[in-house]
Amino acid sequence: MSKPKYTIAVTGLNAIDSPGPGIAVIRALKEAESFDVRIIGLSYESLEPGIYMHDLVDKTYQVPYPSAGQQVLFERFQYINSIENLDFLFPNFDAELFNFITLSKRLEEELGIKSVLPTQEQFDARHKVNLFEYGKEHGIKVPFAKMVYGMNEIPAIANEIGFPLVVKGKFYDAKIAYSSDEAMKHFNKISAEWGLPVLVQEFVHGSEVNVCGIGDGNGVLLGAVPMRKLYITDKGKAWAGVSLDDENLLKVTRDLVAATKWRGPFELEFMKTNEDEYYLIEINPRFPAWCYLTVGVGQNQIEKLVNLGMGNDVEPFDTYEVGKMFIRYSYDMIVNMSEFEQISTIGEL
Amino acid sequence: MEKKQYERPIIKSLNQGLMNKFGTRTEYMPVTHIDGVAVNELLQNYGSPLFVISERKIRENYRNAKRIFETRYPKVQFAWSYKTNYLNAVCNVFHQEGSWGEVVSRFEYEKALKNGVPGSKILFNGPDKMDDDLKVAIQNDSPIHIDHLDELYRLIEISNDMDANPRVAIRVNMDTGIYPMWDRFGFNYENGQAWDAINKIMANGRLRLVGLHCHIGTFMLAPSAYGIAASKMSELALQIKNRYGKIISYIDMGGGFASKNTLKGSYGLGADSVPEISQYAEAITSALLNAGFDNEELPYLYLETGRALIDDAGYLLGSVISNKRLSDGRRATIMDFGVNIMFTSFWYDHKISPAQEFGHHTEDCVLYGPLCMNIDVIRENVTLPPLKAGDHVVVHNVGAYNITQSMQFIALRPAVVMIDMKGQPHVIKRSEQLSTLEEGEVVPDYLSKFSL
Amino acid sequence: MKIRKNIAISDSGFLFNPSTGDSFSINPIGHEIVQMIQNEKSEIEIIDALTADYAIDKNTVEKDLYDFINMLKTHKLIE
Repeated sequence: MSKPKYTIAVTGLNAIDSPGPGIAVIRALKEAESFDVRIIGLSYESLEPGIYMHDLVDKTYQVPYPSAGQQVLFERFQYINSIENLDFLFPNFDAELFNFITLSKRLEEELGIKSVLPTQEQFDARHKVNLFEYGKEHGIKVPFAKMVYGMNEIPAIANEIGFPLVVKGKFYDAKIAYSSDEAMKHFNKISAEWGLPVLVQEFVHGSEVNVCGIGDGNGVLLGAVPMRKLYITDKGKAWAGVSLDDENLLKVTRDLVAATKWRGPFELEFMKTNEDEYYLIEINPRFPAWCYLTVGVGQNQIEKLVNLGMGNDVEPFDTYEVGKMFIRYSYDMIVNMSEFEQISTIGEL
Repeated sequence: MEKKQYERPIIKSLNQGLMNKFGTRTEYMPVTHIDGVAVNELLQNYGSPLFVISERKIRENYRNAKRIFETRYPKVQFAWSYKTNYLNAVCNVFHQEGSWGEVVSRFEYEKALKNGVPGSKILFNGPDKMDDDLKVAIQNDSPIHIDHLDELYRLIEISNDMDANPRVAIRVNMDTGIYPMWDRFGFNYENGQAWDAINKIMANGRLRLVGLHCHIGTFMLAPSAYGIAASKMSELALQIKNRYGKIISYIDMGGGFASKNTLKGSYGLGADSVPEISQYAEAITSALLNAGFDNEELPYLYLETGRALIDDAGYLLGSVISNKRLSDGRRATIMDFGVNIMFTSFWYDHKISPAQEFGHHTEDCVLYGPLCMNIDVIRENVTLPPLKAGDHVVVHNVGAYNITQSMQFIALRPAVVMIDMKGQPHVIKRSEQLSTLEEGEVVPDYLSKFSL
Repeated sequence: MKIRKNIAISDSGFLFNPSTGDSFSINPIGHEIVQMIQNEKSEIEIIDALTADYAIDKNTVEKDLYDFINMLKTHKLIE
């Protein structure tokens, strides 16, 4: 039987030192066994390396920044689709997801472009500032956290949760404080940079473990690979990691997906305490940059997601290889100025 | 041979903003007509700058909101928030559509009466009601929304003197999970103040408690907060019934729905991220319907929605005075309108479109107003085609608060034109003249002469 | 006034300065002006040429031209 060929649009081509997941996703798609692909890259900047990786990306189009609004974005997709006839869309940036979740129905109904994304409610509920409530609702351990709007609220919370505690910005930044004074200092700095509220969170001792997986939207976990980072860059990104044999972690993940009916890819970040308890720190609503490890251990989750979106049969993965490592490296491509010119001026390459 | 259309020469560095995930907005699609009327023609006929209001848009907005609420709840009444835009023509469009009036001062109250709104359909809000204001409101049978205890006591005294039984509501403030909490107006729910005020009204017997009022904030981005507020208001109404056997006839949820403007500092466009009216409606009406009222005792739902009904019906048209290059190389464009008539530019990044066609090249620039004042900045950073002196622009979503909060400072305020349902413009406010300003001025005789 | 040598401009308005590595985009009228400067036209000649071709007055062209030349200097494209 001949395999279908899908045209798939992928964002996150910024395979730089803190890479976006796009290139890992594309590699996984290229290695899919159940279909062939034509890859359409979607870039925001002219220097995203993926634009120039012609063995991986067949053609790239610049797309407007998320802040330009959904109408402009939709019109760009109408144009791209008129040339490429896209089957599937793979967004990979947090900042663009809001727009794509809102537009997903129109993209599918009017342009025939499918995608598998969390619902707006799931996307909002897993946000840092809501995560504690989210965990409580679904019976998942999440470090106690409270949104704080004024410095004077800090001592009372500190009394409750003790030191050290973590002060976190709404979008980015996290600092550990060992006293109320220090916490208030962090509060001022973080609120000045990221605005209010600021999150004050219980500090959990332990080691960080991550899970890359997919939920089918009906509570079934279609695949999950736990990983521990072995080495991180100065920006806190994984440099190398190893797949783990951790049945408890898989159970926590399965329960979470069952309880939340999560739809689409995810990365879960947990702290595993010395008492073997798992505290959920963050849910990223997309595949992580290290998602190619899932292919390496025998779960091509990226392929699975496309099949889920295209309405093909999808059986959950039940095994993966333990003890496989990924080690990241960077690579200098040689590119002609004319290619840079073309993507900069015409927005297509 | 016809000459080619000119565009200012520009050069833009491509290395700027390298790998930056936070880009500039692309909003430079030209807007040449408003409701079918050419922007150029409007400016030519009525001067620049010029406020333009679309009657069609107002009616559409109103009918849409009304339909959304009425399909979810059987008893709905809108009251036009005068302070949002109290040009008589604007108010009367709302009144024609069936909206009552909601006022927060004696001057607004008089305006509503003069427009022909029956006194019984003017809701009187605000902390600043003087004795005489209360008397007039009592005479006209207007629902008085009591803000504080002093007002409550004065109202009882005045009613005793007049031997009247005015219809009143109390304004309630509460924690709806949002920040900042508006606790300066009305009586607090959580600490029992609201209940205390209700007990005082019921025990005294002079005032007729007909409603409960709240207004939880402005430009509210969380519909859920309205759900919480509506639940607490219902709770209060049911307690009143339980304790006093008194059925509250309306719950007034105030205003505060967001418009499609983009708040400064937000990442996405307001048009994409602010809640739809239907989300607010869903939160409020499900809370009311699920509160446990008997069917025949469901209170009326009053809404004082302002901004969300008028903001996108208002445009400000203006012209470029000059272009400048700032010392750091940035382009600055000086417009003939500033923060004096666009007060909301302090908190919104207003969408601004050119009013004529351009090529696809754009520039980042700062937009300044014409005032001789450093704070007169309309947009700190906007991407527009190369505008030249005399070119026109259209500022969007200025229908709410700009006309009522505008300042007569340095410059005279412009005319306001309304485009009717047939595409016909009407001046609904003439531009200010020197004589407008000097009308109330008095120069003592001894200051009337000098020689230089 | 001379455009630095080696500066290449493509039809799409992409301008590359090989001695600094900077690249720019210019609009068609800016492109025309750079070409005229390369052809050693004086400022007055450029202004005359533009007012002859485009529906625009001399004062505006003059003001815009000096600003544009200043930007070329700022970006070190003019010697």
